[in-house]
Amino acid sequence: MKNEWPLWEVFIRGQHGLAHRHFGSLHAPDAEMAIKNARDVYTRRNEGVSIWVVKASDIAASSPGDKEPLFEPSNSKIYRHPTFYDIPDEVGHM
Amino acid sequence: MTATVKTDAALFELALRMGDNALILGQRIGAWCGHAPAVEEDIALANVALDLIGQTKMWLGLAGELEGKGRSADDLAFLRDARAFRNALLVEQPNGDFAHTLMRQYLFDAWHHPMLVALKSSADKRVADIAEKAEKEARYHLERSEDLIVRLGDGSEESHERMQTALDALYPFAGELYAADAIDGDLAARRIAPDLGEVGKRYLASLKSTFEEATLKAPWDAATRKGGKQGMHSEELGYILAEMQWMQRAYPGAKW
Repeated sequence: MKNEWPLWEVFIRGQHGLAHRHFGSLHAPDAEMAIKNARDVYTRRNEGVSIWVVKASDIAASSPGDKEPLFEPSNSKIYRHPTFYDIPDEVGHM
Repeated sequence: MTATVKTDAALFELALRMGDNALILGQRIGAWCGHAPAVEEDIALANVALDLIGQTKMWLGLAGELEGKGRSADDLAFLRDARAFRNALLVEQPNGDFAHTLMRQYLFDAWHHPMLVALKSSADKRVADIAEKAEKEARYHLERSEDLIVRLGDGSEESHERMQTALDALYPFAGELYAADAIDGDLAARRIAPDLGEVGKRYLASLKSTFEEATLKAPWDAATRKGGKQGMHSEELGYILAEMQWMQRAYPGAKW
């Protein structure tokens, strides 16, 4: 499949006030078609109010091999988690 | 009294025409499911087919109600013979290659959307309510098919050639969509449906600009092929109905 369309990662905002969340990926010849395809593939059940697409090749990612140096040092530092506070219900999504 | 009966008969025809267009085109493009050139296109086409079948349920439901003989939308879809179908000839044309499918879709969508916009202000509230729901779906269908016509028309040498061949084959069927008969005249006079000539003018203007952008040449002067709206169909419809209706014909009253 030499002529396959490029891969796009799809991010969808579920409702106003929430962040866009990664939903999946799809193929499309360009950004405009990627949004249309994302609409058809991922929002059939009224999942979203906004769609972002980004070329998968444009995403820089951490390497799985770097897991230990990147993430393990924070394991032992529980004071970094704001779990000692009570959040009032009225605040809503944080 | 006579006037009421006449209005209902014309309105019944309108509901059948709108419903049968949606039903037959939905059935046609449903056949692409699992066969489209890319999985994304496959899902998109199936979505359009399902939108159209949903609209069919509303229009044929209204038709059954107007007829008053207790026929449901399903009865009308699965137990009518070809001569009783009122869809335009365009929508029963074969899928052909992907270019034919897309061209048929665009020629329909470009008429369907302005038609539904006009029907939103129908004097009959039931018609206006259906149009209100269907119009949003049709707007997306049009956006999608128009975009693909331009991309493929003004695309590679092969895609251009395929789109041009499809346009030459299908354009003669476009004129039936806005050719008014006595029933359309009656409905327009009662403000239940728009003046089809006006819809046609807008339709042709949008075709002109889209085809220009797509570097395609429509055979504008080709003779119009029509008759479907009055029940005179091509042999294609018989094959569609045979496949669509065989279950209810073979097992009358079978329920899912």
